[in-house]
Amino acid sequence: MNEITKKLLSTVADWTGSFKGAFSIREDGCGIERRSTENISIEPKTDKPGLDIRVKPNTKGETVSIPACVTHGDVDDLVYNDFYIGHDSDILIVAGCGVHTETGEPARHNGIHRFFLEPGARVKYIEKHVGTGKGAGIKSIDPVTEAHLDEGSLLEMDTSQIGGVDRSTRKTIVTVAAGAKLVIRERLLTEGEQTAATEFKVELNGDGAGADVVSRSVARDRSYQSYVSEIIGNAPCTGHTECDAIIDEDAVVDASPKLSARCADAALIHEAAIGKIAGEQILKLRTLGLTEEEAESKIIEGFLS
Amino acid sequence: MLRLENITWSSPDNRAILRGVDLTVPDSKLVVITGPNGGGKTTLAKIIAGIVKPDTGRILLDDEDITEHDVTRRAREGISYAFQQPVRFKGITVRQLIETAAGETLEYKRLCEILGNVGLCAKNYLDREVNATLSGGEIKRIELATVLARHTRLSVFDEPEAGIDLWSFKNLISVFKNMRENLSGTLIIISHQERILRIADEIVMIADGRITAQGRGEDMLERVLSSGGIQTACCKEEEIFDE
Repeated sequence: MNEITKKLLSTVADWTGSFKGAFSIREDGCGIERRSTENISIEPKTDKPGLDIRVKPNTKGETVSIPACVTHGDVDDLVYNDFYIGHDSDILIVAGCGVHTETGEPARHNGIHRFFLEPGARVKYIEKHVGTGKGAGIKSIDPVTEAHLDEGSLLEMDTSQIGGVDRSTRKTIVTVAAGAKLVIRERLLTEGEQTAATEFKVELNGDGAGADVVSRSVARDRSYQSYVSEIIGNAPCTGHTECDAIIDEDAVVDASPKLSARCADAALIHEAAIGKIAGEQILKLRTLGLTEEEAESKIIEGFLS
Repeated sequence: MLRLENITWSSPDNRAILRGVDLTVPDSKLVVITGPNGGGKTTLAKIIAGIVKPDTGRILLDDEDITEHDVTRRAREGISYAFQQPVRFKGITVRQLIETAAGETLEYKRLCEILGNVGLCAKNYLDREVNATLSGGEIKRIELATVLARHTRLSVFDEPEAGIDLWSFKNLISVFKNMRENLSGTLIIISHQERILRIADEIVMIADGRITAQGRGEDMLERVLSSGGIQTACCKEEEIFDE
């Protein structure tokens, strides 16, 4: 493991020299360290790059870490990871990604993750993305997530892009069965000339299925963001999608929350709000002793926390 | 001691809001500024806090001329300001806002004391965001808590009773009494409420941009009450909400 990987791991996966539980570390397109546990097996795929992660039924309180790092330019990493989560298990998955380049060559990571949650399974999924390095090469991360939530299961996705990523395209497609819940919290920061596109498509297919998809983003300088979210209610269900964006200077944000109710008992809500930081918010914090710059940082830090 | 000398201010459409205000606020007193709507009370409060810059005149705090000091500097010099209409923040919790106000991380016990003073239970509020899920009364109490957390030498409250329910209003009187008794700082309260006027050490009347009277609370009270526009202690909850 090289020094850049160590730094990226500490940023995106809270790595402190080791991981607790099952893990696999990917560096520049190759798996470099891997450990399975009694209840969680991590095996390389035989037909394409990537892993099969299998969690035994009733596994509780365990963690799987599968961070990926690209540490130099001219790397275009593509990986397929499939997660099979046994019934009534309750686990944490940490899947951060960092891309780094010091040259004009691009560095890219494209992770295609599929989740299969059996009935009653509960998964908390944390994914942080960051780009580092002074190279002019484009740093891009393009995750694709596909999840299938069986009856009574829960998937909580907490994703954040915390800076330095020049281009990102995130696609998330989820099907939710009866009594299952999907909760997504996305946080996104773009600066300079960066662009980020997010697409969510959620199908609520069973009685009592639920989805709560919330994106908070900050677009600064001349950066561009687009947010497209579609919730389809095919059954008596509840769905909520929300995009809140703070925009600054010459940044551009497009937000398109979309709802499709295909059942009279589908209760679906969408919200979108885009605007700059309210002057009153800065003023309030200044009356507490913060400078204008400190107030702005505090507001953005809170908004993206 | 706070001293304002010949303060004038006109609105962007050239209406004279303050027409030469001279005011001296002694230390460690509870001073209530009252008067009819549109008389210039809130503008005066904002000028003290540095939110609005006067067109002419000087502001002296303990003989230091702070007229040119901006909001941040005045806050750091010990002036607090509670907004009549508090601001909401998505993502910032009650704990974070109060700790920002205090300028330090606070122990749970201290946070309980501060929120308890405004009638809120810390365990129910500390981790809540200061956002639209809080009611008007809750957000108002949190606004007051940010000032209590600061322990400044001069605290300005712009119509603290506006937007809070009757129960909270009764507690508010206790909060101000307690602040007056236990803090060395000066309190300036902009208010129309009789019960707040009754606890004032000094009352200042302002109308049409001028100070029309100033004196000891007990000496001024009858005059103020007879001038009209004062809400009595028995007003209904709805009236407080409608402020």
